[in-house]
Amino acid sequence: MTDRLPGFSTLAVHAGAQPDPTTGARVTPIYQTTSFVFNDADHAASLFGLQAFGNIYTRIGNPTTAVLEERIAALEGGTAALAVASGHAAQVVVLQQLLMPGDEFIAARKLYGGSINQFTHAFKSFGWNVAWADPDDIGSFERAVTPRTKAIFIESIANPAGSITDIEGIAEVARKAGVPLIVDNTLATPYLIRPIDHGADIVVHSLTKFLGGHGNSLGGIIVDGGTFDWSKDNKYPMLNEPRPEYHGIRIQETFGNFAFAIACRVLGLRDLGPAISPFNAFMILTGIETLPLRMQKHCENAKAIAEFLAGHSAVATVNYAGLASDKYNKLARKYAPKGAGAVFTFSLRGGYDAGVNLVSNLKLFSHLANVGDTRSLVIHPASTTHSQLDDAAKVKSGAAPDVVRLSIGIEDKEDLIADLEQALSA
Amino acid sequence: MNHDNYDDNYIRSILNGVKSIAMVGASPVNVRPSYFAFKYLAQRGYDMIPVNPGHVGKNLLGKPFVASLSDISRPVDMIDIFRNSSHIMPVVDEALTLSPPPKVIWMQLGARDDAAAEKAEAAGLKVVMNRCPKIEYGRLSSEISWMGVNSRTLSSKRAPIPTQGMRLSLNRTSVGGGATAASDRAAKNKSEPT
Repeated sequence: MTDRLPGFSTLAVHAGAQPDPTTGARVTPIYQTTSFVFNDADHAASLFGLQAFGNIYTRIGNPTTAVLEERIAALEGGTAALAVASGHAAQVVVLQQLLMPGDEFIAARKLYGGSINQFTHAFKSFGWNVAWADPDDIGSFERAVTPRTKAIFIESIANPAGSITDIEGIAEVARKAGVPLIVDNTLATPYLIRPIDHGADIVVHSLTKFLGGHGNSLGGIIVDGGTFDWSKDNKYPMLNEPRPEYHGIRIQETFGNFAFAIACRVLGLRDLGPAISPFNAFMILTGIETLPLRMQKHCENAKAIAEFLAGHSAVATVNYAGLASDKYNKLARKYAPKGAGAVFTFSLRGGYDAGVNLVSNLKLFSHLANVGDTRSLVIHPASTTHSQLDDAAKVKSGAAPDVVRLSIGIEDKEDLIADLEQALSA
Repeated sequence: MNHDNYDDNYIRSILNGVKSIAMVGASPVNVRPSYFAFKYLAQRGYDMIPVNPGHVGKNLLGKPFVASLSDISRPVDMIDIFRNSSHIMPVVDEALTLSPPPKVIWMQLGARDDAAAEKAEAAGLKVVMNRCPKIEYGRLSSEISWMGVNSRTLSSKRAPIPTQGMRLSLNRTSVGGGATAASDRAAKNKSEPT
């Protein structure tokens, strides 16, 4: 007898959670505590030695956070997950397990501006060298591979223009190079795209965006696909060599197909320290329960607004992969058939000044540096999220000076269109 | 029998069904994985027997070591082999001489010998390869989800508070039929020469 498999919406509500063992509370309680008592000295030693399942200290793990981790692992189809303080924290923890000073990783040029900064400046100071490639040209990834390449990093739906990446094509390059493919799935969420099903080995998220969904809590997560053999060629000593601080255990040998998530927890999070607050984990968990409903509405609204803008005389171009005429529409239909997300850009015939005017005239859209909120948001990337890039890099990353980025919320689309209409004609 | 992936019900029926487990290659060194897997299974109520010729005369958590399977003076339900793949066959051969024979041959995470598995299955035994019973028990009971692991199961029942010697229910609703699509693919890629 094979069990019937629950669907995505059922997992979004139930995965990882069950009534509290002590009180019977149905909703996952907020375990707002730094530490957990041990049964005895032997129990404490077993927990510290990674020999027993259980809680020690909230920097390393917390029961509220564990529910969030299992839920997202289930939604992404991974073997395990580790929640951290932010999407940026997820990226540093992932790469710390994979790169030694002097190593390289290849990253798609179209990324969230904050990631471009983190990779270019902070990671360079760690001796982790980024090589940029063009997500629209798979060959540019192949050409960037060197013997020191340890990973490839892409976004599934890429910031800021909502372009769709050919995950399978780049996964093939990673497989041939013998390195893991890391996919930032923030803008898609597992509801729209499950990168592991397309060949990704590791998925990261800023939980702050659509997963939490309400603009109230920062968080990040790392999902282990369980797909990569870390022992091959001994390229990844963090996973493969005996760990002196854990009595010589080898993480891969001891934890099998969720070794990467464990390494991120017991080597990365333990030592670097960017833990998520249990309260934030609770807020994000509550958000995830309605993820399928919200993503349907986000995508439906985004498509209607992209269509409205495409037909407006003040608008020069609209970049939304959900439009039949868009250059990424074919990839959108393959990878994100339920919807092309709700973050996209457009440019105005009036250029930079018209963009600035539009932002200041909007009454319902909020001008701020976030995406994936229930509220509709607007930003001018060239002067904010991507302002630290030079002009050429701005254009290459899709944030040219005349570009405005929208993150469409779940309000009534007629109200959003009316707000854009009045701001465009003001 | 597909040994790349196991249905949850297969693993569940084994862990629910066996009472005594002989662990071949059990180590008295308290930082070795075999030691803490042994300890966990003992804590969950299994009758554990440590098998290791190098430690006869010593005890593991109060259980005396025996040199070989033939030295166990009572029937054993499952043999958990904590040895490299190249050392599996002689253990299976010896297990098949026992009377009554064990019901299950389990090869630890990282260990796999398809020929030995075939021989044991031909004799009517169940076989699990490249898995850890501690991880599988922890996963199916959801105890392991404290570490962010995807248990691939759901339950709307109140969770138990595990205590010493307590058996946990393994009968939660399975989500992924024992494996995710991705781990299917990984297992397949691994068995294909590259």
